[in-house]
Amino acid sequence: MGCIENLKYEKILPLGASFKECREYVEKNYPEVWYVEPGYKLFDEYIIGLPPIALGIENGEKITFPYTKPCHGTYLLRIEGKEEVERVRKTAKTKKQAGYR
Amino acid sequence: MTDPVAQPETAIIVLGCPEVPVQQALALYVASGLRERGTDVLVTGNPSVLGLLKVSDPKSVYIGKTLVLETCIGEIVERKRDCTLCIVFAHNDAGIAYAATMCHLLPKSRVVVVVFGKDPEPLAAEINFPCETITEKAVHNPAQLKTKITRVLGWAVSRT
Repeated sequence: MGCIENLKYEKILPLGASFKECREYVEKNYPEVWYVEPGYKLFDEYIIGLPPIALGIENGEKITFPYTKPCHGTYLLRIEGKEEVERVRKTAKTKKQAGYR
Repeated sequence: MTDPVAQPETAIIVLGCPEVPVQQALALYVASGLRERGTDVLVTGNPSVLGLLKVSDPKSVYIGKTLVLETCIGEIVERKRDCTLCIVFAHNDAGIAYAATMCHLLPKSRVVVVVFGKDPEPLAAEINFPCETITEKAVHNPAQLKTKITRVLGWAVSRT
């Protein structure tokens, strides 16, 4: 099990964002959106949240996803990782069919 | 009279951030009550909340086993751990996210979500997954919440 703080990430939405806000942001702003269930492993972390959890893929090399800390709530992170992008494309449950909202 | 609720074999108590005082008292109460009745109990939460419990209960008379939340979730995902009863304490959005996760990962378990804090109703409204909920405005005084939990767990009947 890794630690998210050891990874180089960008905050897309700040701590305290609601889970709904994170999902809506991803669905609205990313052309490629995949949905996973709680407990899905991404960058060696288990993803927590209300299913379905939306992951946004950018240029085939960055993933934006919600990350939850018990004391602070949920925030959206963006992390670069081509291998993880490919794994998501192969293992995520469903993909949003339409383009941008 | 209501039939007593069957005593669960195993229980996981999921705690949120320790910033709301009633959680600490109720965690000790619930863990102790379950263990006293024969349930194998695991308390999970972040290191801070587990640290508070361990200091409050240095001989582990009440809480029993503990495990850091991320590790616990990992073990459940990997099917190394499950439970008959899962009680999730939630006083913020993160707590609801953890409750949803537990509901999803433990589909055969009885999941009870205790929603509390200064303004629990909007949080409780976010729950759209199958579970039992106990909702009560509670920050410093655990009495009302304790009564509700006692009733839901069937202890009010079994003790009379």
